[in-house]
Amino acid sequence: MYKIIKKEILNPAVTKMVIDAPLIAKKAEPGQFIMLRVDENGERIPLTIADYDREKGNVTIIFQIVGATTEKLNRLNEGDNLHDFVGPLGKKTETEGLKKVAVVGGGVGCAIAFPVAKKLHDEGVEVHSIIGFRNKDLIFLEKEFAEISDKIFVMTDDGSNGSKGLVTDALKELLDSGEKYDEVITIGPLVMMKFVSLLTKKYNVKTVVSMNPVMVDGTGMCGGCRVKVGNETKFACVDGPDFDGHQVDFDEAIARTQMYQQFERKAHEDTCNLYKMEVK
Amino acid sequence: MATINKSLVKNEMPVQPADVRNRNFSEVALGYTKDQAIDEARRCLNCKHKPCIEGCPVNVNIPDFIAEVANGNFETAYQIINKTNSLPAICGRVCPQEKQCEAKCVRGIKGEPVGIGRLERFVADWHIANSTTEPEIPKSNGHKVAIVGSGPAGLTCAGDLAKLGYEVTIFEAFHLAGGVLVYGIPEFRLPKHIVQKEIDGLKKLNVKIETNMVIGKILSIDELFDEYEFKAVFIGSGAGLPMFMNIPGENFKGVYSANEFLTRINLMKAYKSDSDTPIHCGAKVAVVGGGNVAMDAARCAKRLGADVTIVYRRSEAELPARLEEIEHAKEEGINFNLLTNPIEIIGTEDGWVKELVCLKMKLSEPDASGRARPVPIEGSEHKLSVDCVIMSIGTTPNPLIKNTTEGLATEKWGGIITDEDGLTSRKGVYAGGDAVTGAATVILAMEAGKKAAKAIDDYIKSK
Repeated sequence: MYKIIKKEILNPAVTKMVIDAPLIAKKAEPGQFIMLRVDENGERIPLTIADYDREKGNVTIIFQIVGATTEKLNRLNEGDNLHDFVGPLGKKTETEGLKKVAVVGGGVGCAIAFPVAKKLHDEGVEVHSIIGFRNKDLIFLEKEFAEISDKIFVMTDDGSNGSKGLVTDALKELLDSGEKYDEVITIGPLVMMKFVSLLTKKYNVKTVVSMNPVMVDGTGMCGGCRVKVGNETKFACVDGPDFDGHQVDFDEAIARTQMYQQFERKAHEDTCNLYKMEVK
Repeated sequence: MATINKSLVKNEMPVQPADVRNRNFSEVALGYTKDQAIDEARRCLNCKHKPCIEGCPVNVNIPDFIAEVANGNFETAYQIINKTNSLPAICGRVCPQEKQCEAKCVRGIKGEPVGIGRLERFVADWHIANSTTEPEIPKSNGHKVAIVGSGPAGLTCAGDLAKLGYEVTIFEAFHLAGGVLVYGIPEFRLPKHIVQKEIDGLKKLNVKIETNMVIGKILSIDELFDEYEFKAVFIGSGAGLPMFMNIPGENFKGVYSANEFLTRINLMKAYKSDSDTPIHCGAKVAVVGGGNVAMDAARCAKRLGADVTIVYRRSEAELPARLEEIEHAKEEGINFNLLTNPIEIIGTEDGWVKELVCLKMKLSEPDASGRARPVPIEGSEHKLSVDCVIMSIGTTPNPLIKNTTEGLATEKWGGIITDEDGLTSRKGVYAGGDAVTGAATVILAMEAGKKAAKAIDDYIKSK
């Protein structure tokens, strides 16, 4: 059993949990992920590691409520246990040799981008962070990003925080103003990563994206997480989750993540209705 | 001594009717009754040269156990099997007996061989249902051995070492022990409570099982030695990495590896209403491949209500699956498109599988595998209308340990290199089963686990 030590609601759709998992905390690196199951009949889902504390032996996850499993997960509280918590899986984000990097996060992806940005900062890399949200109520980790970034841009789709626009608008401005990056690291919705990659390709800046496809086991067994990179089929769980954004076939990846969308929507509604009944 | 039953045919195995069982996940074969088992056991000639034993990878003393069955001493029969085979309820169900013990049976020269597998299953099930004897708990010899993977190789190695007094810990990556026995083989062929019984038996021998432990990630092989003080490590991590055909369209929605499809169903119970794990099984499913895994996937899809077709590039004679599985699949209404090979998957506009483009094949000279090589027939291109394709063309060893263990020699295709006893290029590190050979059978993995257990015992004692 894996105890939830801390739960924090970051915004109406995003929750942070700190989980007691000393062995995983000892090995975890930015960019890696865990697989969890909420309960005995639960689904195995992958979530990227948002932070870890090797001394205290805990691992932080930040998740967006999208389907039945994240709904169930969100219903747990401090002191409750997760049934299963496996990791750290996947390869860590490579940071070696980098001097100046733009980190571009979108929505809940910011939670995953943050430990990468922090690690870069700790290694003395100049970090420019661009984080994007739909509106100002959904912004989280702004302060944390500000502390470790040499420059930070917080964008909202509707401009409710003052900076209206997409993360690509901010990135384009920086690139146009002559900023030279060794690499752009971007984590967020597939569509966002696709457009960041398309933009940076024009400027010939190497771009690393973090894929989060459908997975069952997370150890290279099911092949469900396959992603076309270049013209090769790669498994995100063992070959990734980081890939060269200029090589990833995003359109195919976007289609593949929609495989269970209908099922998910229905399951989500069912769980919600059940929940309402329980509340009564 | 009971008289010999001269019948040329085996006692038939009672099974669920095909049109009933292809709609449920309960076990297909129901097992012999006591009388059937005794009657079948009486077909054994108790030959002096006992060829059947040679056919068994773990050398079960077959004629002796069968003689006990003939006399109604079922527990004694079980004890005889259990001396060399720690998973008889599993082997009795999934071993390819027709290629092993039964292939050598003298009764098979004229008529059908003795139903050795069915008798083994009967004896093991009888033991599970009736035996109250607790296993003797071996006295600890103070040495710790780590086993990576809880499939048949790991379970066997663990059992043999525990019986010798070793303190054994099995590390399993999934949340449930059993490896391919739980994620791969369906409930209707191998009920999971049977696997659980065997695992419980190991626990009674003080074998510890740590689930959710991906060795190579959470702990390295070196840490197992240095920090956790294991004296030897056995790697039985299996061949779980699925192969794909690399044909166009393989990443459309609705294309599964057999591993993913079967894991969703067997391990995650996607067919049950209280499971959160979804599965997409369309109305028309093509399963590509002809092995046991292909049969399992096809029969699962059938049970989920699909019209299922096996697409295999060779002819019926070359189908690698067990005869019984092929027969069962046919009875259950699975179509067989033999001498057919897919070359492309065509999708709908929104990326779902729509058609499988195939070529008809003919057989030519034998290839490196010794089997007739399939060659495409020109102009034979045709399309199958399907909405789900399950690729079941094989697996290669899981790369995780190879990628994270220094000095562990592996073949180009991923198999861990070992000597005859299972010793790898690393001192104290042994390996066996599919991780070494590539995808094979449960019993061969068990044989490797047994050999390694013996070698590990010799190694630790010689230190």
